[in-house]
Amino acid sequence: MSASRPRLAAALGWAAPLAAVLAALAAGAVFIAAIGESPLEIYALMFREAFGTGYGLGQTLFKTTPLLFTGLAVALAFRAGLFNIGVESQMYLGGFAAALVGAYAPLPGVLLLPATLLAAAVAGGAWGAIPGSLKARFGAHEVINTIMLNFIAISLVSWIGRGLFETASVRTRDIAAGAWLPRLDTLLPEFRGAPANFSLLLALVLAVLVGVLLFRTRLGYELRAVGMNASAAEAAGISIGRSQVLAMSLSGAIAGLGGVNFVLGYKHYFELEFTGGAGFIGIAVALLGRNHPFGVLLAALFFGGLSHGALVINQRVPRELVNVLQGLVILFAISAQAVAARLARRWA
Amino acid sequence: MEVLLFVAAALRISVPYALAAMGAAVSERGGVICIALEGIMLNGALGYVLGAHATGNPWVGLSTAVLAGLATAWLHAEVTVRFRADQITSGLGINLLAAGLTRFVLVRVFHSSSNSPRVVGLPDWDLFGLSRLPAIGPLLGSPLVLLTAACVPLVWWLLFRSVFGLRLRSIGENPEAAASLGLHVPRYRTQGVLICGALASLAGAWLASEQHSFNDGMTGGRGYIALAAMIVGKWNPVGAAAACLLFGTADALQIRLQGSAFPSELLQALPYLVTMLALAGFIGRAVAPKAVGVPFDPDQR
Repeated sequence: MSASRPRLAAALGWAAPLAAVLAALAAGAVFIAAIGESPLEIYALMFREAFGTGYGLGQTLFKTTPLLFTGLAVALAFRAGLFNIGVESQMYLGGFAAALVGAYAPLPGVLLLPATLLAAAVAGGAWGAIPGSLKARFGAHEVINTIMLNFIAISLVSWIGRGLFETASVRTRDIAAGAWLPRLDTLLPEFRGAPANFSLLLALVLAVLVGVLLFRTRLGYELRAVGMNASAAEAAGISIGRSQVLAMSLSGAIAGLGGVNFVLGYKHYFELEFTGGAGFIGIAVALLGRNHPFGVLLAALFFGGLSHGALVINQRVPRELVNVLQGLVILFAISAQAVAARLARRWA
Repeated sequence: MEVLLFVAAALRISVPYALAAMGAAVSERGGVICIALEGIMLNGALGYVLGAHATGNPWVGLSTAVLAGLATAWLHAEVTVRFRADQITSGLGINLLAAGLTRFVLVRVFHSSSNSPRVVGLPDWDLFGLSRLPAIGPLLGSPLVLLTAACVPLVWWLLFRSVFGLRLRSIGENPEAAASLGLHVPRYRTQGVLICGALASLAGAWLASEQHSFNDGMTGGRGYIALAAMIVGKWNPVGAAAACLLFGTADALQIRLQGSAFPSELLQALPYLVTMLALAGFIGRAVAPKAVGVPFDPDQR
């Protein structure tokens, strides 16, 4: 009996997000039923649209991609004990930097794409390093600082964009074709017409890298140690400040790279407000995925499917149902997690 | 006259900030972080429009606004106090939920994804002839402005001079000690969050009443500015209100300077920069209540 208890606690840990998703769908069903539609029919419709056809799946994957980036970014910071609410603006600035380099840098073809990717990572990473350093140096709470930086980024971009944006628009000029990321349908014709692109592969590679970093390297071990018990980690000779700055910079860099899905893979320019809240959904993704790369992948797919599936139900149920579901999933997930943690402690 | 008009504009912008910021001070002094301000304000604004639209009476609108805000705050309290889940994440979840819910209702009830039809605003009062003053007169006749002004000393008294406030603050600093003295920690924390909900919903009602309608996402980040003002004001309603005036003045100045050569974006970012400086300790140390953000678990003592 006692030997199975840790396993029971682990099972409980994974059951909590699942229960949260089911509870949110059940609450959503009440909304659907309240306006006189059949919840099962609506959910089936959404599922078929999101995963049933090549085109639908391609659209879902396109919407999954930024969430995979932001989810990984939030999860990495979480593992180091930091709550990065700034992924929204880290992604925003990453996309902006990529667009500037892609449109203006006089680089030869071979170098252009790597340079744009690097610009995205550096811009996002630098924006993440600010709250990381303020936390390490002054103990300033990263949550408030990242929220503030989200707003400052908006002002910063519109200030830089003043003389830059195409007249009467809110976008940069097109980036050079050499920096475009090809669509997946060039490889897999099944996805024809869907904007899913090679950013997804980049995100998948990053997911593996984050997993390796966190669970297979000394550095990852140190980050997790700081996240679990900072004073114990410090006693063991790990520099808390260094870990915090590093975690926030890496987290920001991943979020910044996420900007390329839209900028290099889809529209080929930067547009104001292109992130559309992907940074905040990323928090839900990390939460549901239990800050594990594989869990993050599943959760990103769930939210990606939800947001594409919403488009087909709009005739019958307002697609805003999906935003309601996103909020509910978060609230249920943290409640279930807290209850599960308490049960696990009681049984330990 | 010109100056008075500018002062009136700055005050007008500060009103919703101040209401929400004072609410946040109460919630956080009890130990519950209130990032949910934005969502509470949004639901409050929709509540006002629904009530005013259904009855044509602005006072009914004000009541439904407060009810909507209380319901939203209650949800935050359930998740954070009863289930003891993470307070920051709960706030973000509530903000997402409110954004979705208000849009859902907008589409269902008013058949528009952007705005409601025009509704009646709150009437003006004429106390001691104040509302006939030039420029700032209309402002001083507004019941919510008067209420906001009255709330600054009232909320300060509630937190720092009343028995309730003393207990609430002790719970925000050290809930274990407070509980050992026989205080019911969850009850006080819930009450703190509900007071915050009522005040922040008034901020939403003010916005909706001023605009005579509900627009999608009409709070536009004001809840976060209010939260920032509360921090700059050091978790004190008087300080928070003063910070709101500062932020409101920056906003009014920015509107004035739009289209000129001066980078108005700098003024736009000013409240956030000031807050970051305050948090880093450059403008006096802003210290949060010790137990803010920490769920109270009676089993873990």
